[in-house]
Amino acid sequence: MPKSLKAPDQAPLVETVVPGTSDRAWIANGYDEVRAILSDTRFSTTPPAETAEASRRLVQPGNLLQYDPPEHTRLRKMLTGEFTLRRVRTLEPLVEGIVEDRLDALEGAGQPVDLVGQFVWPTASLTGCAMLGIPRDDQTELTRHLDNNRLDNPDREQRDMAGTAYLVYLGKLMRQKRRDPGDDLLGRLIRDHGRSLTEAELTGTAATLLASLIPITGGTLGLGLVGLLENPDQLALLVERPELIDHAVEEVIRSVTIIPHASPRTAKEDVAIGDQVIKAGDFVACSLLEANGARPPGEPQDTLDITRDNSGHMAFGHGLHYCLGASLARMELRAAISRLLRRFPKVRLAVPRDELRFTAKSVETLPVTW
Amino acid sequence: MEMEMEIRVDRDRCAGSSLCVSYLPDVFDQSDDDGKVLLRTAEPGADAAQAVRGVVTRCPTGAITVRARDAQEVRDA
Repeated sequence: MPKSLKAPDQAPLVETVVPGTSDRAWIANGYDEVRAILSDTRFSTTPPAETAEASRRLVQPGNLLQYDPPEHTRLRKMLTGEFTLRRVRTLEPLVEGIVEDRLDALEGAGQPVDLVGQFVWPTASLTGCAMLGIPRDDQTELTRHLDNNRLDNPDREQRDMAGTAYLVYLGKLMRQKRRDPGDDLLGRLIRDHGRSLTEAELTGTAATLLASLIPITGGTLGLGLVGLLENPDQLALLVERPELIDHAVEEVIRSVTIIPHASPRTAKEDVAIGDQVIKAGDFVACSLLEANGARPPGEPQDTLDITRDNSGHMAFGHGLHYCLGASLARMELRAAISRLLRRFPKVRLAVPRDELRFTAKSVETLPVTW
Repeated sequence: MEMEMEIRVDRDRCAGSSLCVSYLPDVFDQSDDDGKVLLRTAEPGADAAQAVRGVVTRCPTGAITVRARDAQEVRDA
């Protein structure tokens, strides 16, 4: 972690209890502590239960983040070939085309324009759906389900119904792809591994991938653009020196840290971290936000520095659950941010900063002029 | 002056993050089938030593180790 970032507000490793219970839990905030825990396979991400068998039954099928080795290894290996740097590079022209189309639409629409509605979500959902082979006509419905299903939706009934509708749609899509697998990620997954995957695993894999490709990548792009727009000196520097784009993208990813806490862990045996001992059965939450020196959505991005070498950040996690789509996310953010600034080098907020409204993982609207 | 080094990769540990390939494409490669690390060269020469050590530290699963010639094996601590 860069030394110039301020130390986390919290102690590096705090002992506490799970709210409403007497079960012991730990919160890791320090960079070294989080890194040590995430790379240690003595911590499990499978939901805890009385027995190992009962625990495995609680896993959402296809949600890689909840599997431990060896099941995790088996499932992840089916997907890693789809996200290699070489594969991501072959997708670059497709993503650049999507971005340029949206920029044409922005230019045609006139100013001010809402970057979130007109640029961020369309870029993320067109890219995600193209990769997975989801028909264009279904994208609006699917992104609405995803939006209504977000954890901070106060309407619980709407949230649950959207979650069901999302899985029902993907189940139907996967049955269709079983009959006619196209040349897309899900089609190839079925062709190469379909016989060793259950329907639930296939649907769950599609659900997990899409829920990362759209809300997570889109959320990072939207919040990252807020960070650049509220730091006009950084934005101007990037316009002046476009070769800084890779550093800028990495800094955007770190400063947003869209997933504030890594998936909860349970210690399978006693583990010493520094001079403290996490006992077998204890729960552990790792704050990626604190470890990365990042700010939650809506707080001023006062540490943004696009010249910083922050290649050790953990916004993509660390250890065997490291984000499968990290290279894709980097490429998509690079295409979107560099092309937006090339087309509109004078882009700026069209409303006062404090009028922006945020949800847990995104900014609601981002009105800009150029 | 950096010493000559030898790189080893553990494909069982590798999570296919692509980090090594993106930083040092002349040294590391990635299988198209399972996304896991492949070595283009195990002995990239003394000039690459510092960059290789950086990649060893960044690898999310500690799948890359370097052994300095006539010295002890170093793994990401």
